[in-house]
Amino acid sequence: MLASRLRAAIRANEGTDVPLGSLDITLYRDDLTRIGYAPIVHESALDFSVDGRVVVLVDDVLFTGRTIRAAMDALVDYGRPRAIRLAVLVDRGHRELPIRADFVGKNVPTKPTDDVRVHLAEVDGRDEVEVVAREAVAT
Amino acid sequence: MRWKRRHVLDTDDWTRDEIEGVLETTGAMIEVLSRPIRRAPPLRGRTVVLFFAEASTRTRVSFELAAKALSADVVNITASGSSVEKGESLYDTVRTLQALGGDVVVMRHSASGAPYFVAERTDAAVINAGDGWHAHPTQGLLDAYTLRGALGDLDGKRIVIVGDVLHSRVARSDINTLVPLGATVTLSGPPTLMPAPWRCGQPPRGVTYESDIDRALDGADAVIALRLQKERQEGGLLPSLREYTRVWGLTAARVERMRTGAPVMHPGPMNEGVEIDTAVAHGARSLVEKQVTNGVAVRMALLYLLVGTPSLEAAS
Repeated sequence: MLASRLRAAIRANEGTDVPLGSLDITLYRDDLTRIGYAPIVHESALDFSVDGRVVVLVDDVLFTGRTIRAAMDALVDYGRPRAIRLAVLVDRGHRELPIRADFVGKNVPTKPTDDVRVHLAEVDGRDEVEVVAREAVAT
Repeated sequence: MRWKRRHVLDTDDWTRDEIEGVLETTGAMIEVLSRPIRRAPPLRGRTVVLFFAEASTRTRVSFELAAKALSADVVNITASGSSVEKGESLYDTVRTLQALGGDVVVMRHSASGAPYFVAERTDAAVINAGDGWHAHPTQGLLDAYTLRGALGDLDGKRIVIVGDVLHSRVARSDINTLVPLGATVTLSGPPTLMPAPWRCGQPPRGVTYESDIDRALDGADAVIALRLQKERQEGGLLPSLREYTRVWGLTAARVERMRTGAPVMHPGPMNEGVEIDTAVAHGARSLVEKQVTNGVAVRMALLYLLVGTPSLEAAS
């Protein structure tokens, strides 16, 4: 969703269409142990070659960095990009891996236990990012 | 769908939700197999034991490719050339499998129910790759996936299964998968090769028997031909193979009775010129090769769901 907005913005400003795909990273996760059951794997849709291209990974919230690690592992199974960049809407800190974003919408200081919820107009009818303290979630 | 099963022994008690969950996961696995690097890591460090006590090439190779595409290690145990041939009991083989520490045992056995015996006596997840006349769950699932690819939603679709239903685990597993998805199944074949209650007015839910193959095929949405085992003739259940072919063989003319473009499937290996004409087996309607390709993805889906993630007990 965020990536297609970025693509529309690039088309409006540059007049060029960049290819857009999506990756399901379930098979590459390292935290399946913590979930304890097998999440449904969805189909990835990447119908263009990534060889020699600059690929920008887009995610809503950057937290531990483990999702991005998994996404990079998945991406290199499709080919050899010239470079991989990372764009995120929110960087909430608390990295567990040596990963940083190249493009950040906003840095939001959080506690590790907070929940960061991203709502997008396409899905929820409104654009909003809220930080919810865990205590509030528990009630 | 939240996957809860420890083994895949039979699909006779599966819900529509479970079947659809596996088919959805299969779609994702098809995509993995289409990548330049046809391999994903969720079964790294896991061992899949392929225990085939009955001859099989395609099912065994299919499971082996599936396990490897998910980065598992694969160990093969076949009846010939192993201690099974020296008279080792199934129980002793299970003890050995247990000691080897496999995470999954994929097994084929000529005795109906053998995988249940093994499942009760091992910590591994057991996948039934065909047991006697009883069940062949992965074949049923791959046939459902293949039919969905060709026909879309199976609700209200009518699938014909022709041949030796009595001795066919494929027919039973196809019925157990297709009926919950909304399809009806018409069985056709020699009365001597049909379970007696099924041809005498007491078939399972969603199933009917039609003794005239032409009537069975009229307006059907797809047909699955079963392999005719040649030893059936010796057992006195068939007058001759020639007669079987004349009365029940899938010919180009018969296939035309179905809806336009309705597909033809066969679990393989085919006796071309016996239960299916060569022209039909390799014709435009044939999905036989598609079935083989989809088989790998279905088996990947089940391996992932069974052991792609450690159980809660193991994690804590």
